[in-house]
Amino acid sequence: MSTPGDISTLGAVLTVAFLVAGAAITLIGSLGLLRIDTFYGRAHASTLGTTLGTAGVAIASIIYFSALEMRPALHGLLIIVFITVTAPVSLMVLVRAAVFRNEFENQPGPPEASDNEPG
Amino acid sequence: MSAILVWGILCAQSLLGLALACSTFRILRGPRAQDRVLGFDSLYVNAMLLVLTFGIQSGSLLYFEAALMIAVLGFVSTVALAKFLLRGEVIE
Repeated sequence: MSTPGDISTLGAVLTVAFLVAGAAITLIGSLGLLRIDTFYGRAHASTLGTTLGTAGVAIASIIYFSALEMRPALHGLLIIVFITVTAPVSLMVLVRAAVFRNEFENQPGPPEASDNEPG
Repeated sequence: MSAILVWGILCAQSLLGLALACSTFRILRGPRAQDRVLGFDSLYVNAMLLVLTFGIQSGSLLYFEAALMIAVLGFVSTVALAKFLLRGEVIE
């Protein structure tokens, strides 16, 4: 098994803090995928969890490689920006498809859809 | 190499592995097609984060590019699958 390179203790502690926090938030989002009953609740939970968890892990990666190479290594920002932009888009496209399919088969839609019709 | 880094990375990897298991459960079990697509959407993000932790573990930036590739292709395939569920075909 390969081992991490030498970095300062402060860098290691910060890296591990962000890494474990990001992974735990991702796990919480995915547990929501497992536990919540309705499709719309599941979509909500997993999207929120993975977005924030990605930010945590990518920030840990930025801190680690900056400390390892002694220069700002900002590659992780690309992943943060990309996931932050695409996660709501895929959520919206997927929920639209689900609303369409539920309406088509006369199944219950999202909670607010019965009160005010979409324009 | 510091011990806190080794154990912290292992801890994060096991948490992400559990998250992968949750997503896989939703893919296999999901009552309807959109649930499976949602599980896939969560699965690729979790796999990408796992690849990022492997990159930190080995100290190589190559893993980072693989993670970016997984993110791009995963987003495109989620949108394509959702479009398929919406219309019955991907490119009209």
